[in-house]
Amino acid sequence: MTAIVNIFLKQGVLDPQGKAIHHALDAMNFEGVEDVRMGKQIVLKLTSDNKEEAQKEVEKMAEEILANTVIEDYTIELL
Amino acid sequence: MKHVAILQFPGTNCDLDTKYAFEKLGCTTTIIWHKESKLPQNADLVVVPGGFSYGDYLRSGAIAKFSPIMSAVEEFAKNGGQVLGICNGFQILTEVGLLPGALKRNIGLHFISKFQTLKVVNNSNSFLQQCDKDEVLNIPIAHADGNYYIDEEAFKELEANEQILLRYSDAKGEPIIVNGSVTSIAGVCNKNKNVFGLMPHPERALETILGSKDGIKMLEGLIA
Repeated sequence: MTAIVNIFLKQGVLDPQGKAIHHALDAMNFEGVEDVRMGKQIVLKLTSDNKEEAQKEVEKMAEEILANTVIEDYTIELL
Repeated sequence: MKHVAILQFPGTNCDLDTKYAFEKLGCTTTIIWHKESKLPQNADLVVVPGGFSYGDYLRSGAIAKFSPIMSAVEEFAKNGGQVLGICNGFQILTEVGLLPGALKRNIGLHFISKFQTLKVVNNSNSFLQQCDKDEVLNIPIAHADGNYYIDEEAFKELEANEQILLRYSDAKGEPIIVNGSVTSIAGVCNKNKNVFGLMPHPERALETILGSKDGIKMLEGLIA
């Protein structure tokens, strides 16, 4: 099973990299972009086939190391 | 004579400067490789020095927190031992949870390396006891992830407990925006005031010929 963990700065926490990308898009005349948030994606190949178990395990990984929950939120997608 | 334990991770690069600094101030030192699980029994102070532990992969300081030596540091701090984190060391201590808040990418995205004036916000702690409140110090900074974040509620607590150590300021002590930190915070301590973290490098400000010796009175406070 594959787990995809997406990590973004929390809403309300200023994202300097997203802001820089937004400025660049503006400078290139791409109109209609309201906001840009930049995050990271971590793809884990798991040995387990049990979705429930995997969800629990990956959540633990996200809480303990993959994300810093003081400033970041994460989502987990299992494929 | 005080003994200072200086941690070394793969990618740490301020360990020898830190050793030089504390030896210049009359301490003995040991450099402790991160795979060790114990601190020297006679350690009076543990310093987590600057650098790029684990290449700053994932997040600055994120991987270092799982090094074996960090459990010993947590134990040492819990028993009241003094711990100082400088730059990457500050990032590691926030990741471990020994200090509140987190450090994000600088607001301008650049790595900033220069001398920076700082205002002493609180001196009711061992680290800044030799400095005056509102005193302006000149200390080098060198970081890309120094943008200190803390949520509003925790910030109020930080302020009320006099845990804010330093703010980036102009020469008159007025706070200025350097890297986007919440209220220009450059350094904080924990509630018990035995764990300290700051982005500036006091160990690089020890002699006038190199630009400033303001770092001496900061470091001396910890070994007084």
